Amino acid sequence: MPFEWFLALRYLRDAKGQTTLILGGVAVGVSVIVFLSALIGGLQTSLIDKTLGAQPHITMRVPREVPRPLVEPTATVAIARRIEETAQRLRSIDQWPTVITSVERIPGVVAASPSIVGAGFAVRSGAKSPIVLRGVDLERFLAIIDLRKRMIGGRFALDGANVVIGAKLASNLGATVGDKLRISSSEGVEDVITIGGVFQLGNEVVDGTWVVTSLRHAQSLFDLAGGATTIDLKVADVFTAKRIAAEIQAETGIQADSWMTINAELLAGLSAQSSSKSMIQFFVILAVALGIASVLIVSVVQKSREIGILRAVGTPRGRIMRIFLIQGGLLGMGGSVLGCAFGALLAKLFESLARDPSGAPKFPVEIDGPLLLFASALATGVGLLAATIPARRAAALDPATAIRNG
Amino acid sequence: MADTTGPVLVVENVVKEYGDVARTRALGGVDLSVGHGELTALVGPSGSGKSTLLNIIGLLDRPTSGKVSIGGIETTGLGERELTDVRARMLGFVFQFHHLLPAFTAVENVMIPAWGNEGWPSATMKRDAEQILRAVGLGDRLHYRSTNLSGGQQQRVAIARALVRRPPLVLADEPTGNLDTASSAEVLELMRRFNRDFGTTFIIVTHDPRIAESCDRIVELIDGLVTSDRRR
Repeated sequence: MPFEWFLALRYLRDAKGQTTLILGGVAVGVSVIVFLSALIGGLQTSLIDKTLGAQPHITMRVPREVPRPLVEPTATVAIARRIEETAQRLRSIDQWPTVITSVERIPGVVAASPSIVGAGFAVRSGAKSPIVLRGVDLERFLAIIDLRKRMIGGRFALDGANVVIGAKLASNLGATVGDKLRISSSEGVEDVITIGGVFQLGNEVVDGTWVVTSLRHAQSLFDLAGGATTIDLKVADVFTAKRIAAEIQAETGIQADSWMTINAELLAGLSAQSSSKSMIQFFVILAVALGIASVLIVSVVQKSREIGILRAVGTPRGRIMRIFLIQGGLLGMGGSVLGCAFGALLAKLFESLARDPSGAPKFPVEIDGPLLLFASALATGVGLLAATIPARRAAALDPATAIRNG
Repeated sequence: MADTTGPVLVVENVVKEYGDVARTRALGGVDLSVGHGELTALVGPSGSGKSTLLNIIGLLDRPTSGKVSIGGIETTGLGERELTDVRARMLGFVFQFHHLLPAFTAVENVMIPAWGNEGWPSATMKRDAEQILRAVGLGDRLHYRSTNLSGGQQQRVAIARALVRRPPLVLADEPTGNLDTASSAEVLELMRRFNRDFGTTFIIVTHDPRIAESCDRIVELIDGLVTSDRRR
């Protein structure tokens, strides 16, 4: 074994109490990082899953209609005018099948689904409720939002006048699977539909307003024969949605909004959570670094006579320095292994203790290899970095003074 | 390359001063030449500059002016790394307090000069260490931690550590200063034996007149100057 490794290990082994204490300190620090990251990561993933489970990653829609003034002012002619907002009509995306073919070719886009989305009312007995009518291409829509997994009654089938509706809407209307509803669209078209299934996405607005029907049925309800008002997209990495949306808008000229724009507040919240996590990580790691550095500085002071002897009998400065760097690295690495195990155990315990009535964890945790690897690498790196001060101090010791004064 | 034909140590007009403003002169121009195989005692009252001279000869300290050559190598202009190498190859150290590493066994302590300098241990290093420990009468204590050895045994390990690489010059600073009479006699006898059998050159700083009288040459230092240099 190389001299520096041998001596570093001996020093750590001989100072058992000191080594155990600092290993414990590093382990506690790393376990805090692992536990916190697992908890915040799990909450963020759960939040994103819940949000994106009920909405597409990108929605393409026809741009708003804006009034166009007939005359523009010039340098010499001023015009007093008032531009009134135009009432927005439900319009179809021009050539939407071609648009779908072209966006499906964009890297990162994994699914595209045409929809007609419009407002309406549902009536049953004396109950009347505003609804969002959503006409979809069954197979394509399932690739965007898998409603089949969220069915709590009936089945997901959109044949003829069969529709599926949100659980809250069904409750508000006092309807269940097999019941009939009278609906009217914003275009004034009325129809009687049969509830083929009830879904629950966990989103109050969606569960309370959505009526999902076939694209053809919606086209007739909104008088948009062969049309589609929106194209919903799913992307491989949810955090690339904003970039891909901008790319699509530039390429097709059709307005494309990502979930990140639509849910800007959620994103700000997630970002704030991540910042808090980073701050806590920073201070924990600082405490770990100070712990390792102070223990090694004390060790250098205690062993300065030995260091002097080693230098006197021909041990180079670099090797003396490495003895303490190795100790710092080993303390960081050893503590991080213990801390990862303890932190992961704590997170799993926490997850198993707090559960909602359905048995699902209230605080889902996310422990993965990269997190543990990150925590270990961070602690080891910090251990090494923290050891540089005592290591340099040890290497710089004047042997004659160190031997004389200890 | 070390010169083995000329003197093993040449000290030329070495001056050592401490302090920046109020300068204190510890050595006032020392000249000394020590030949191969000499057993030299360096004596003098406390504060006479013996330890300072020994540190300068041992390349642990640099002179303010003057030159020090060891085995024909002029050391004045050498950098830190070269000085470390010269120390490792040409010099052995024995201190008043044995200064063994308590974390190491006797064999490991003796291996330190070679192992610490070269980095990796070798079978030769271990064999040499065991051999010299047997030669100093510690064949049955090879794997004892230094803390489990008596004062005399510890000092014998320290001598073995100084001699294991067969350096041409060994510097001993009060090697018996911390030992009882019997152990002092054993340590002195060891040094004499290595001097006689292997021609190792010793410079021994001592306050003990008996040790000084048993050396081939006695150099006396007073107030940083060599005041007498007599051979027996």
